[in-house]
Amino acid sequence: MTIAPPHDLAPRIASFDADSFGMPTGRELEWRFAPLEVMRPFFEPIDGAGTVTAVSTSELVVNSAIATASSTWVPTDRTAAVARAGARSAVTVNVPRDANLVDPIVIRLDAGAEFAYQHVEINAGAFSTAKIVIEAHTGADVSGAIVVNVADGADLTLLIVVDGPKTHRLIAHIPATIGRDARFTACTVTLGGRAVRLLPSVHYAGPGGRAELLGVFLAEGEQYLEQRIFVEHEQPHCSSNVIYKGALSGAHAHTVWIGDVLVRREAIGTETYEMNRNLLLSDGPRADSVPNLELETGDVVSAGHASATGRFDDEQLFYLQSRGIPADLARQLVVRGFFADVVGRLGLPEWRDDVMQRISARLGMADEGASDD
Amino acid sequence: MSELVINDLHASIDTDAGDKEILRGVTLSVESGRTHAVMGPNGSGKSTLAYVIAGHPKYRVTSGSITLDGEDVLAMSVDERARAGLFLAMQYPVEVPGVSVSNFLRTSVTAVKGEAPKLRTWVKEMKEAMADLQMDPAFAERSVNEGFSGGEKKRHEILQLALLRPKFAILDETDSGLDVDALRIVAEGVNRYRESSGAGTLLITHYTRILRYITPDVVHVFVDGRIVESGGADLAEVLETEGYERFITAAQPA
Ligand SMILES: Nc1ncnc2c1ncn2[C@@H]1O[C@H](COP(=O)(O)OP(=O)(O)O)[C@@H](O)[C@H]1O
Ligand SMILES: [Mg+2]
Repeated sequence: MTIAPPHDLAPRIASFDADSFGMPTGRELEWRFAPLEVMRPFFEPIDGAGTVTAVSTSELVVNSAIATASSTWVPTDRTAAVARAGARSAVTVNVPRDANLVDPIVIRLDAGAEFAYQHVEINAGAFSTAKIVIEAHTGADVSGAIVVNVADGADLTLLIVVDGPKTHRLIAHIPATIGRDARFTACTVTLGGRAVRLLPSVHYAGPGGRAELLGVFLAEGEQYLEQRIFVEHEQPHCSSNVIYKGALSGAHAHTVWIGDVLVRREAIGTETYEMNRNLLLSDGPRADSVPNLELETGDVVSAGHASATGRFDDEQLFYLQSRGIPADLARQLVVRGFFADVVGRLGLPEWRDDVMQRISARLGMADEGASDD
Repeated sequence: MSELVINDLHASIDTDAGDKEILRGVTLSVESGRTHAVMGPNGSGKSTLAYVIAGHPKYRVTSGSITLDGEDVLAMSVDERARAGLFLAMQYPVEVPGVSVSNFLRTSVTAVKGEAPKLRTWVKEMKEAMADLQMDPAFAERSVNEGFSGGEKKRHEILQLALLRPKFAILDETDSGLDVDALRIVAEGVNRYRESSGAGTLLITHYTRILRYITPDVVHVFVDGRIVESGGADLAEVLETEGYERFITAAQPA
């Protein structure tokens, strides 16, 4: 187990006022990797920006005025504050207390404009069980938050699929609060977008909470895909399991994975593990992977992290080809296999194939430069 | 009737210290239905020969030829060679995490036969082939070679032999690392295939013990990148009692 140098990983400022946060310069830890010029439109309010609305067949999904938003989450960076102030409506999903929803709630987020702010609130009522799939299409620039509250004893599975052309930008803060003995499984699948910055965070509101954050991402061409995870264990006997896998191809693709896990003094009996593995499919792409585990107590059950970036294994390719499998299909099999364990953990069996097929489709198209749908 | 012909084959590998020639003029022909054993000490280049036939990109053929029924094997890609009817059971099979044995086998059979096998007959065929090699059906759901014991890896190679039905099988140290029971099961699998298919076999081995189960028609002694002597099955007995010493000395350039 490694203990990071003593610096507090928790964000220092939380505010609805964008000017409480400085203008990013690229020197800040949190903006160290991102292409600031590409992200710049998110730093100041945009006149005439749209607001993301939800399209869903479920009556639990409601579009309403932003004034009805009830989450207590306070923005932790400039883009989040700008987006919160700019959003005119909210998407709300309220899973009733004790509800046991068998079928997943599928939500397509619609930007409705070239540039849109987003505010989504998901509230899983106490002792409810639900699965939610959010499809975020990267055909517009979008900035905002998906705020998750998993009440005591609830079990929420959330799949967020970021797919579409590689032209636009997305910033999504995904702060989750996990109640007593509640369970939260989130999986982000990031395939589309010119520049994507996902910021999932987990806080525990009571003991016994369990969080699993999963992610797969595939970066090609000029794509910049950043996943910045923050888990704060401030309650005893909670667990967190963070598993992200990325594949990169093309000379200019860049992915960033930051896994900050902070175990507070009072969080005795914590179980935490975080892992990021990246697979380089060609020469040139850059994968930054930075796990940080900060323990304020030694009284934990387990705490660990792992990070590795490796080249595509030509021996695997040779083995498959020597069984008659053409090279492009063999590559697809290897990459699908690389992602299989993460996708397999997703408690949405009917979506596992969908995710795998999207990955295959991307890989199949990669060489033809035609993946900008 | 098919024929695999290797003629004066030279191959090298790039090392940090420059080009290193490993195959130094291998000449060998195998016909359908015939089994040739290639026996030699460690490091003599046996696996290199097997890999070069299969087309491993690590090795560079500097001269000589390999043909399958007159077709230029060296001009084919790795997967084309397999589809042309060559199969290599590897000394060290490669792990492919996340790809299940059943998916792998079905994809391979589809590629080699040019069409997907019918689902119902395929499942039956796979189960029977696994039962023949005393493999647990649960095996089909594991990732290819991942966490397999040495014996499981070798059985899995022979399972592929049975399902892909090549014209020529190159078996690289299929006997190494097997206990007596596993050796018998694997050898029986090879014999079943030889008898049912009439395929040609190139049996590469360091030890003679697999030859108690699989009788070769021809035995070649392979030393320092080439065949230094060929004979009948009795040549293996000479190696069994005398070892490779005599041949190694003979192969040293004066
Ligand atoms: N990647 C490599 N780099 C350098 N030398 C190699 C490499 N692979 C094999 N060799 C050398 O080639 C020779 C033949 O190896 P190999 O074909 O594996 O022999 P065998 O199968 O008969 O034991 C050995 O001397 C080995 O050290
Ligand atoms: Mg060898």
